Amino acid sequence: MIRLEKRPEPSRAFSLATPLLAVVATMVFGGLLFIALGKDPLTSIQTIFWEPLFGEFAFYYRPQLLIKGAPLVLIAIGLSLGFKAGIWNIGAEGQYIMGALFGAGMGLAFYPLEGWYIFPLMVMAGGFGGWLWAMIPAFLKVRFGTNEILVSLMLVYVAEQFLASMSLGLLKNPEGFGFPGSRNLQQYESAYNADLIAGSGMHWGVVAAMIAVIFAYVLLSKHRLGFAIRVTGEAPRAAKFSGVNPTRLVLFCMGMSGLLAGLAGLFEVSGPAGQVTIDFNVGYGFTAIIVAFLGRLHPVGILLAGLLMALTYIGGDIAQSNLGLPAAAIQVFQGMLLFFLLALDMFTNYRLRFGRAEVA
Amino acid sequence: MKLSALLTSAALALGLATAAAADDKTKVGFVYVGPVGDGGWTYEHNKGRLAVEEEFGDKVETVFVENVAEGPDSERVMTQMALDGADLIFTTSFGYMDPTINVAKKFPKVKFEHATGYKRADNVSTYSARFYEGRAIQGHIAGSMTESNIIGYIGSYPIPEVIRGINSAFIHARKVNPDVQFKIVWAYTWFDPAKEADAAKVLIEQGADVILQHTDSTAPQAAAQEAGNVITFGQASDMGQYAPHPRVSSIIDDWAPYYIARTKAVMDGTWESTDTWDGIGAGMVGIGEISDAVPAKVKEEALALKAALADGSYHAFTGPLNKQDGSAFLADGATADDGTLAGMNFYVEGIEGTIPQ
Repeated sequence: MIRLEKRPEPSRAFSLATPLLAVVATMVFGGLLFIALGKDPLTSIQTIFWEPLFGEFAFYYRPQLLIKGAPLVLIAIGLSLGFKAGIWNIGAEGQYIMGALFGAGMGLAFYPLEGWYIFPLMVMAGGFGGWLWAMIPAFLKVRFGTNEILVSLMLVYVAEQFLASMSLGLLKNPEGFGFPGSRNLQQYESAYNADLIAGSGMHWGVVAAMIAVIFAYVLLSKHRLGFAIRVTGEAPRAAKFSGVNPTRLVLFCMGMSGLLAGLAGLFEVSGPAGQVTIDFNVGYGFTAIIVAFLGRLHPVGILLAGLLMALTYIGGDIAQSNLGLPAAAIQVFQGMLLFFLLALDMFTNYRLRFGRAEVA
Repeated sequence: MKLSALLTSAALALGLATAAAADDKTKVGFVYVGPVGDGGWTYEHNKGRLAVEEEFGDKVETVFVENVAEGPDSERVMTQMALDGADLIFTTSFGYMDPTINVAKKFPKVKFEHATGYKRADNVSTYSARFYEGRAIQGHIAGSMTESNIIGYIGSYPIPEVIRGINSAFIHARKVNPDVQFKIVWAYTWFDPAKEADAAKVLIEQGADVILQHTDSTAPQAAAQEAGNVITFGQASDMGQYAPHPRVSSIIDDWAPYYIARTKAVMDGTWESTDTWDGIGAGMVGIGEISDAVPAKVKEEALALKAALADGSYHAFTGPLNKQDGSAFLADGATADDGTLAGMNFYVEGIEGTIPQ
C-alpha cells in the first residue's frame, strides 16, 4: 500500500530538485506528444531548448531571450513578495497595461520636444500607473476586507478597456490615417527605450529586472520587512505576535508588485513594442504568475524561470516555423511544465510511504 | 587529427549540400495572427499558402507560424524566417505593420508583403481586398430579408476597413428597405469565439434577425443556428458548414492568385514594391454561394449587383450620400475615391450611434 506522509519539515533537497524534475518530465511527456504528432521528439526538443541558445542564429536569439524574459522577471519578482506573505495579486496584467499607458502618455505629452528628462519622467509615470492600479485592490482589502484576488483580476478587464479607449482616442496617432494605435515611440528619440548596446537586447527594462532581483534578494534575506513577509506567509499567528502590521504589509506588497508591473509595461511600450495598441498586452502579467512559482518564489529562481519561459516561447516559435509544429502543441508543452511543477511540488511537503501504516 | 579532419570535411560537405538544396528552392514565410483552424481569416491565408505549394511543388518551400501576437513577438518571428533563408514573407495582419517595416530594413534582400497596412518600402509591398464590395451584396440581401428591420453587426475594431464595411452594407440595406436599422456591437477582437457568440446573442435578443460579422470565428453562426430564425453570412471564409441556413451567403477572401503571382515574381526576379487593392472583379473577393433560403428574386438581384461591381459599372459608394451628421459626402452620381475609402472614419447618414473614440 502506498500512502502520503507529511514531512516533519519541507524537504530542502526536493524544493530545489522539483523545477529540474518538472523540466525533465515535461521533456519526456512533451516528446511523447511530439511523437503522436508525427514529429521527431529529439529534434523538436532540441529546437525548442537548444536552437535559441547555441544554434546557428543564437546571436539573434540570445538578446531576444532578454527582451522576452525581462518583463516576466520584473513582474514575477514583485508578485513573489506578496505570494510569500499570502497576498495574492492576480492582476499584474492590468497594472502592466496601466504602467504602459501612464508612461507612454507622459512621453507623448512632450512630443515632439526632445530632452534628457523625458524618459526618466516616463519611468516614474509608468511605475506610478502600475502602483496606483494595484492600490485599488490593496485599499479595498485593508479598508473593507474585500478579496484582493477577485478585485485585482477584475481590474485587468477594466484596464483592457482603458487600453482600447486610449488606442482609439486620446493617444491615437494623429498621422495614422484613422487607424488605432499611438505614435511609435521608437521614432521619438527622447522617449525610446533603445538597446543600451545596439543588438544586445539590453534595454533599461533588463537592467531594472536585474536590480529588482538583487533588491528582492537583499530584502528577503537581510531586511526586517523581508522577515515580516516570510513569517506572515509561514505562520500568520506568529507574525501577529512578533508585531507585524498586516495593513502595512498588504499595502507594501501590492504596491511593490504593481510598481514593478507598471515599470515592465513602460519599458515594453517604449522599447520592443514601441506603441500603445489595442492588443498591446500579450499576457506577461499572467505568465509571470507561473514564473514566480516555477522559480519557487525565490529571486534567483525567478530569474532562471523567467529565462526558461522565454526560451520555450522563442524555441516554440522556431519549432512552429522549422518543423511545422502547431501552436497549440507548444502551448500544451508549456502547460505541462506548470502542471508537473505543481504535481511534483507535493513531494516537498509529503513523502511516499510504502507498506502498512504505522500505528502512531 | 585524421578523424577530426574527416569529420570536418564531412560536415562541410553536408553543410554545402543543404545550402545548395536550400538555394534553388524559393522559401516563402507566412506570419498568422490566429490559428490556421479559425475557419475564417487565417484559414484563408493558409489556403493561399497551400495553393502556392501546389502551384510550384518542389521549387518552393513554405513555412508558417500561427497565433503570433502583434508587436515584438511578430518582429522576432519575421526575423527568424528571414535568418532561416526566406525569400518572401507575407505578414497577414494590420498590427504587423511597424514590425514588418523594422525587419525589412534589416534584410533588404528579402521581400515582404504586408496585408491591410499603409506603410511601404523598397522591399515591402502592401495588399488588401475590397471587402466592402461583398458587404454591398450582404446589405442588399439582409435588407430584403429582414422582418424585424433590425440588422445586427459584430464589429472587430473601429478602424477604416470595418467602418467601410458597415457603411457599404447599410447603404445597400437602406436602398431596398428604408425602415432598416443597424445595431453595432464592438468586440475588440478579430478572433474570440466566446466574445463573438456573446455579441451575437445580445444582438438577437435585441430583435436582430440578421447578423453580419467582421470577426473571424464561426461562433456567431452557431449562435444564430441555435436561435433559429436568424440569418448570417460567412466572413473571410465560406463557413459553408452552416449553409443553407443560417448562413445564406458569404464573403470569401481568395488570396491564392495573389500569393502565387507574387511568389512567381520573386522566382523570376521581377518583384517590385506595389500597393494592391483588388475586389470582386480581380477575384480577390469571392461571394459564397447564395443559398436556397434566399428568395429567388433577391438572389437574382444580388447576383446582378455582384456582376455590376465586378465589371466596374457600379461602385459601392455612389452618391447622393450624406455623412451621419448630415453634411454632404458624395454628390449625385459621384463615387468615392480610394484615399477617402482607405481612411474612412465616419458613418453615413442613417446609422445610429457613434464610432468609439
